[in-house]
Formats: sequence, structure tokens, C-alpha cells
Amino acid sequence: MKIYLKIWRQKDASSKGKIVDYTMNGVEGDMSFLEMLDILNEDLISKGEVPIEFDHDCREGICGTCSLQINGRPHGPDRLITACQLHMRSFKDGDTIVIEPFRAKAFPVIKDLIVDRNAFERIQQAGGFISVNTSGNTVDANNIPIRKENADKAFNAAACIGCGACVAACKNASAMLFTSAKVSQFALLPQGRVEATERVQNMVRQMDLEGFGNCTNTGACEIECPKGISLENIARMNREYLSASIKG
Amino acid sequence: MGILDSKTPSGPLAEKWTKHKNEIDLVNPANKRNIDVIVVGTGLAGGSAAASLAELGYNVKTFCYQDSPRRAHSIAAQGGINASKNYQGDGDSDYRLFYDTVKGGDYRSREANVYRLAEVSGNIIDQCVSQGVPFARDYGGQLDNRSFGGVLVSRTFYAKGQTGQQLLLGAYAAMNRQIHRGKIKSYTRHEMLDLVLVDGKARGIIARNLITGEIERHSAHAVVIASGGYGNLFFLSTYCMGANVMAAWRTHRRGAFFANPCFTQIHPTCIPVSGEHQSKLTLMSESLRNDGRIWVPKKLEDAQAIREGKLKPTQLKEEDRDYYLERRYPAFGNLVPRDVASRAAKERCDAGYGVNKTGEAVYLDFDAAIMRYGSEKALTSGLTNADDAQVRKLGEAVVEAKYGNLFQMYEKIVDENPYKTPMMIYPAVHYTMGGLWVDYNLQTTIPGCYAAGEANFSDHGANRLGASALMQGLADGYFVLPYTIGDFLADDIRTGPIPTDSEEFNKAEKDVMDKINRLMSANGTNSVDYYHKKLGKIMWDKCGMSRNAEGLKEAINEISALRKDFWENVKVPGNANDKNQELEKAGRVADFLEIGELFAMDALERNESCGGHFREEYQTPEGEALRDDKNFKFVSAWEYKGEPKDAKLHKEELVYENIELKTRSYK
Amino acid sequence: MSSLIKSSIARKMVMALSGLFLVLFLALHVTINLTSVISPDTFNQWSHFMGYNGLVQYIMQPLLIIGVIVHFVMGIVLEYQNTQARTIKYTKFKGAANASWVSRNMIITGLVVLAFLGLHFYDFWIHEMTYKYIQVNPEDPTRYYAETVEKFAPMWRTVLYVVSFGLLSLHLWHGFASSFQSMGLNNKYTPSIKSFTKIYAVVIPLVFVFIAIYHHLNPITH
Repeated sequence: MKIYLKIWRQKDASSKGKIVDYTMNGVEGDMSFLEMLDILNEDLISKGEVPIEFDHDCREGICGTCSLQINGRPHGPDRLITACQLHMRSFKDGDTIVIEPFRAKAFPVIKDLIVDRNAFERIQQAGGFISVNTSGNTVDANNIPIRKENADKAFNAAACIGCGACVAACKNASAMLFTSAKVSQFALLPQGRVEATERVQNMVRQMDLEGFGNCTNTGACEIECPKGISLENIARMNREYLSASIKG
Repeated sequence: MGILDSKTPSGPLAEKWTKHKNEIDLVNPANKRNIDVIVVGTGLAGGSAAASLAELGYNVKTFCYQDSPRRAHSIAAQGGINASKNYQGDGDSDYRLFYDTVKGGDYRSREANVYRLAEVSGNIIDQCVSQGVPFARDYGGQLDNRSFGGVLVSRTFYAKGQTGQQLLLGAYAAMNRQIHRGKIKSYTRHEMLDLVLVDGKARGIIARNLITGEIERHSAHAVVIASGGYGNLFFLSTYCMGANVMAAWRTHRRGAFFANPCFTQIHPTCIPVSGEHQSKLTLMSESLRNDGRIWVPKKLEDAQAIREGKLKPTQLKEEDRDYYLERRYPAFGNLVPRDVASRAAKERCDAGYGVNKTGEAVYLDFDAAIMRYGSEKALTSGLTNADDAQVRKLGEAVVEAKYGNLFQMYEKIVDENPYKTPMMIYPAVHYTMGGLWVDYNLQTTIPGCYAAGEANFSDHGANRLGASALMQGLADGYFVLPYTIGDFLADDIRTGPIPTDSEEFNKAEKDVMDKINRLMSANGTNSVDYYHKKLGKIMWDKCGMSRNAEGLKEAINEISALRKDFWENVKVPGNANDKNQELEKAGRVADFLEIGELFAMDALERNESCGGHFREEYQTPEGEALRDDKNFKFVSAWEYKGEPKDAKLHKEELVYENIELKTRSYK
Repeated sequence: MSSLIKSSIARKMVMALSGLFLVLFLALHVTINLTSVISPDTFNQWSHFMGYNGLVQYIMQPLLIIGVIVHFVMGIVLEYQNTQARTIKYTKFKGAANASWVSRNMIITGLVVLAFLGLHFYDFWIHEMTYKYIQVNPEDPTRYYAETVEKFAPMWRTVLYVVSFGLLSLHLWHGFASSFQSMGLNNKYTPSIKSFTKIYAVVIPLVFVFIAIYHHLNPITH
């Protein structure tokens, strides 16, 4: 296949970036999208040019590092996968592919396609935990039975890989799906209920401070989430927040 | 005791750990505030250690090359975590977990360490549940278990196919709590480039800020290396792209012995290589072997026809299939340990029975499971005369509920529907049992320098059982290191902050700068990946699933020559004082080119077959591994002496007082 | 409580509550209007009641005006914040791939409806205020029907009304169900709420459109 690429290049955080055109020949359907970029980079290095920097690590869809906006969609055209799981068989000969970094004021570009997602870190640090000491002297794991339905829902919320596709897909660059997934996981478990009030308030406060946009319930985040995190979580967080605000 | 003192406490096996905890020195809470600890790596071991140490009151600095501690590769572990809870009432106990682990490791691990691991395994589950880790539960609200390879009980706790991610997020949450309190300072996108020793003790590190390229000095009273394994030296592996041995290797270069480098785990169920462009391999959880049956065609001509695309696997009659694991190992069948399953696959493929284009794949077939579950479901749903199609449909639904995400992942990569046609799998490098040598306290041979998780060598011997890596990482980080490190730090309550402007830091920083400058100025013609791929090929061909003396000797020479070529002809574009992924890779590959040689030397030295280390010269007539307990019942610990070839071997004799050494049999 | 005022979630809830209030008001409005097609006398009676009842005039009416103002001011504030959350735009953004046009363009449909409200206030509300409080005309319980029908005589106004109701329909299509999500309701009733929203978003504006066209086609002959 012959593929035309339009890729965002930006030297560093303070430089202005621009789209640069590249052409790739001999692309095979069995290649992953990132392997296609590897080959492009090998080519650039051999020509003495600086290769394109992009974030990636596990290349199996779980670490949440890769963060490419491909043809206007986070992680590209396929559903329920990350960019590293996307294969070139999703494209055809002669296609033009636009590759940009995830865009949000709260995710500034570091270089080329790499963005800074520390805003997510700070949201988690504000309350994304249960305050239990790691002494091992807790109660036996089976002492508190948890309804399977709640355990499953908590798991589904906890499946979030923190990639930021929800923010990238949202026309408002809102981080509600990410934040609500963590809030939900703990809100659904008896261990997490103890601090539920403070948690939701602290995490939402931090989320707002980071400069993410507001949720307008377009549902784009849910569609683009590689782990299929449900909008129910956002509703749950709204509910938790309301009751937390009334309580204190 | 000599140079390698394992510091194993005396007394009965089951009481050693308690006794040790009672006897070691502690640091009082007020003094902990004056003590700094650096933790390199934030996976299960590093993350849990950092959180626990900070909670105890130490000032902790964590370092990871990823943009968040949560992205460490522990996250990719799928199947589960073992614990001897005996919730299933199937006769599990600490002793049985200990026994299985030592036996699974082919009697090359330290008894006391493994027993401690089994002893704290239950605590891990309690801890994780109280942290909000959403393990799978049954309808009664109790925790569910599944079984894994190499054992006869059901002791594996899991969270669908992403147990690693859930456990890591638990440790990460515990870290976040401490970051929030200011007790942990988290340095992300930072890479440790060197260990700094002051008066023979580990007192700090030199790190590179991967965004700005700045070289930074960080001091502490102790350093914990939890940077994972070195399997990426094979280029193709199930490791993440960034996984590297730099922190461990630089520590080795500063004096820490490196143990059993040749003990590598090749995981049997990975998606086969598809072409030249391949950058990494994807693992399919071992849990699939609970229900999948592994086979190749019985006749060579059928295998040939399948490879050429003239025959479909589903067209092959039952009697024309060779379920070789069930044939060779009737007792454990498809659930033999990983090393055994991997070697058996290689044996069949080498004999010409491989089933994909490259001849390096075997089938993992769910048809029998689909039909079995389907008829079960039909019965329970009251469908007494369901036809085959109905049964199949019901069965597919059951299999989907169990393994849906894995099947989907397979289909995405291979573009074939595994419900309709058997999966193709082949072994791939997955884990390294070898690592920095540590004593019972997890201290390396450098005082004040500790190693935890996959970065150390301790608990898995020559082969790791499934679902034990997560257990060991968390055991080290939550329950072992926080106690044992106090024994060392108790002497440091009056030391005060370690200055970073000392001669030792100057020298270490200069070494690092020189190395970076050498890489940047090599100005050759070959990319870093060019060398990495070449190294990977040497490793896979000559130091992979089976090894022989001749090949290993060749490997040593080839790697040495490749390393020389690398330093002369590598090309690293861009600048050193900038974000530069090629420079990051170059530093990592430079270290792989050193450890690769030591790896081959270690494999050559070990004239026996055990666990993941299979020497063709040492096998039974049936092709099973032939261990030599008389001459090789030791841990090989290598001391750095300049070039890898000059490394000096030290041996820690392994003592088995509580377990009888047997030939491992899964027949 | 203070967090409820300052946070993004609180702002969304204000949006949802004011929106739902306006949705309810629409139902009342359409019901009264519909009587103008069925029985001019009933229409006159009800209109007179609304125009002169103290409760309606001094409590309901200010509440409605506040509701409208809060809804549109908050809408604009949110929109401003949302555009600020992504300062560098994508070269290519395929919004249609993951969200409906309506949900992404509430600001457009909202502003059109707002502009329409301007015309509508000018037509009826300003007229009423002038009639009652500036010119201080005596009460006339029979004037409403004729005044209303007369308004729809010009073609341009009828067309404007019809177009505006079309956009109101789009606004409701997303907004009604969305307000439940904003207030934290997403459960087994959600599919029903969504279906009801779709019916409501079509039927209510359609009835308004019908009334406008009906009066345009059936002028009062003197």
C-alpha cells in the first residue's frame, strides 16, 4: 500500500508546530499502525533527519501511553482499541492519514506527538485512593462480601487505562469520563464508601483547576474510550457530587 | 560464609520470617523523617515499596521513564495472582504454594525466600481488596479463583484479563495517597543512568530528565532498584518497548552481583511473529490453557498443506491431530509449566509440524471447550435435544464470557476469528528469572542498594509459575522491603542529608556525560534498532529455548563484535539536551549488548538443563530436561570486572532442608 | 454547599434544572396555544387568566424570565469555558464519528432559539406590557385570539416561527434527556427517558408549527 501521512511536528513545548507531509510505500496490512511509524522513523534516521517522537510502550492496549489523534479520532477509526492495536488493514492504498497529538489546554504538547498528561496524575492524587495502610493487617479479603453486580461494575470502571482519549474526543476537552471512572470504582465498593464524600469533591475540584472543559453529554468519550467506560459513570459522579455537596 | 552471605535466618522454615522481623533493627518514627529513600521503577514492586516506605515515614523519591507510574509494564499481566488462601477448600496451604514454586522453579531458588513469599501471599489479597482492587467475585459476593499451569489447586485470584493493571492501580493509588501527603516525590519521564556510591554505600543516583535532557543528581540513604527484567534484549518479546536493564545493569557495574542471567522465561502462548516489521509480541493469557487444547497435525504432509494454505485446520480429522502435551504429559496435559509447554512447541515446529507461514506456530483449539460448555449450558437451560449448532452457539457464549477480551485482541491482531478456527500460538520471551543478586533482606552486594520484583533473582529459580510474578512484586514491595530496609537504615539516623556536590557525584555525572557524548558523536550509519534487532536474533537463535555449548560460544563472540560495531557505527540523531527517544534507546541497547554476553556466558557455564535453561547436551532420551544437582545446585552470581568476558563467577550453594529434590515430572 | 456553585458539575446541574423548567413551561404554553385552534373563547379565557392572575404575573412570570436568563447566560459561560479548554484546534476533527450533530451544536440551536425569543417577546410580551402598564388600557378578556391570529398574517413571521421551532426541536432532542444525565440519573429508565425525549422534541415543536401555520392560513375575516 501507498499511504500519505500528514503528521504534526513540533520541536518542543515552546515552539510552534506544523503539519508535515510524508509518503510511505510498501505498507502491509499486518503491520500495526505504530510499526508503520517505526519504519517511517528508520527511514528518517537513514536520511539524517530527526525522527518523529510519539508516546508508546506496551503496544498491547493496556498501558495507556499511546496518544495519537488519527484522522480526527483518538486512537483512529476502530472502536475499543488503542492506537497501538490499530492495524494498517484498516486503511487502503492511497489513503491520506492525518496524525496529531491529543489536544487540550490541560494536555500541552511536549514534542511532536507527545503530550503532557500530568493533569490526570494530579486528579488521581487529589483523591483517587482509599486511605488504608499497606501493613497487610487488614481484614480477611472475604470478610466483606460484595455483590457480584457491584464488583463487576467497579471493575468495568477500573478498566480505565488513563490514556486521555476521552478528553481528546470531547469537543469540550472534558475529563469527566476519566474522573468519574475512578470515583465510580471506589463509590461502588464498601471499602471506598468511607471517603466517598471527600473523594468526589477533591477530585472534581482538581479536575476543574486543570482547565478541562465542561461535560455536555455528547457521549463522544464513551464511543472513543478504548476500554468502553460507560457514561453511567459520569451520571454516578454527578450524583455522588450532588449528595456530597448537600452533606457537607 | 564468604562473599555471598544470603543472611537466611536460622530456625524452622515456617518461623524464619517472623523470627527475622523480631530480630532486625528498626528506625523510630521520628528518625524516619530524616531518612531519604530512592525507588527506581514504579511497577508492582517499586510502586508498592514506595507507598509502604512513605507510609512508614521515610522521604521517598520515585523514578520512572514512563509519563506516569501507572504505566509500568506490570500493567500488562493478564491472568492473575497466586495466594495460598485456600478459599476453594482444595487443600492449599503456604507449604503447598512454597512447594509448587520451588518445584516449578526446578529447584534453583532459595527455600527461605520462597516460603516467605507463600507466607505473605494471603496478606497481599487482603491488602489489595481493602485498597479497592476489583477482583472477580462469585454470586455469593466472595472472591473467585481459577487454576494456572504447574499446580493442582485453584489459587489464582484475578480481575478478568487485566489483573496486573488492577493490582498496579492499587499500588499506584497507595502512591498517590503519599504523593498527596508530600511523602513521595514522583519523578516521571526520568531515567536512572547511574548509581552513586559514597564510602561503599549506595547513596544516590544520576538520572536524566527525558523531556529536557538535563542530567540530575539525587541523593538518598538507600536506593531500591525495581526496574523489572531484561527480556527486551531479545528485541522481540512480550515486554513493553521501553523495558530495559539500565538501572539494574548500571548497579551491577557499580558492584552489585548479577545472578542467573541465563534464566529466562519463554511463554508458550503468544501470538506468532507475522513479518519483518514486527516490533513486539503479544501474550495470550496462560488462563487460555485451562480450556484450549494444543495440537499440531500428526502427518508432515498435512502440516505442509496447512502452511501452504491448501488445508484448513478445521478440516483435519480428530485422529490426524497430535495433542502433543496431552500425549506426553497425561497428568498435567495442557497445563504443564511454561518452560515445558514452550519447549514442546518448539520441538514439534523444529520437526516440521508448524502451522503458519513461517512454520513457527501451533494450534490452541477451543472447539472441544465450546462444545463441552455448550452441552452443559443446554442441559441447565432445559434444552434436551439441542442440535450441534445450538450447542455451539451456547458454548461460544460461555467461552466469550470467560475469554472475550483475549479473543477480541487475537482477532484484532491476526484478523482471524478464534471462535471458528483455532488460534495460532508460539512461545515468546516473557520474563527473566535472573536479576540482581540479593540476600534474604533483598539487599544487593552493595550496602544500601536493594532490588525488588523482577529486577532481583530471588524467588522463581529457573522457571516461574504463572501468576507468581505479581505475587512476588507485591510481596517484596508491601511486606518484605519495608521491614528489611530498616535494618540498614537504622545506622543512618544521624547521617543527615547526603550532599550531591561530593566528588562521588561529580565523578558519576561525568561518567554519564561521557557516555552520552560518545553515543551522540559516534555519527555512524546504523540506527539503534539495527543493532537491537541483530542482538535479538543472536539471542533467540543461540540463547533461546534451547542452547548448546557451540552456539553459546558463537553468541559470546558475535555479541562482543556487535557491541564494538555499535559504539563505532551507531547513529543517534537529534540533541542530547532535548527530548530524544533515539538517545534513550541507544543507552538501553548499549547495556543489552553487555548483558547479552554475560547471559551467554552464564548459559555456557551451567552444564545442565533446568527450568527455562535447556542445554541440548543435557537431556533424557525422551527429550526432558536433565538437571545436575550434584554440580549445579547453586546460584551463579557474576561480579563486574570491566568487559563482560572478565566477569567473575561466585556461587551461592542452595540448601534444601525442607523439600526433597526430585526430577520434575508432569507426566 | 459552596462547592455546588463553583464547580463544573454544579454549572451543569444549573443548566439541566433551568432547562427542565423551560421544558415544562413549553408543555403549558403549547396546551394553551392549542386551544386557539379549537376554541377561541377558551383561548381568550385562559390567556386572560394568565395575563391578570397575580400568582402568574408576579411569581411565575419573573421565575420564567429568570429561568430563561440563567439558562442562556450559563450556556454561554459554559461554551466560552469549553472553547478555552482547547486552545489549539485539531487540523482534522471527526466529531460526527462519535457524537450527534445536535449534541455538539447546542450553542447554535440555543442561540437561534434565543434570537427567536427576542422576536417572540417583542411580538407578545412587550406588547402586553405596553398594553397593560404603559398605556394602562382597561381589561379586555376577548382581545387575545384576534391579536394572536393577526400576528401570523405575514408570511415572513410564520416562516421564522416554523424555522425556529425546527431548531427548538433539535435543541430539545439532545437537551431534555441530557439534563437527566447531568443530574446523575442514568439507570434502567434511561432508555425510556431517551425515547420520551425524542417524542417530546418532535411533538411539541410540531404542534407549535401547526398552530402558526393554521392561523396563517385562516386569517380572521372582518
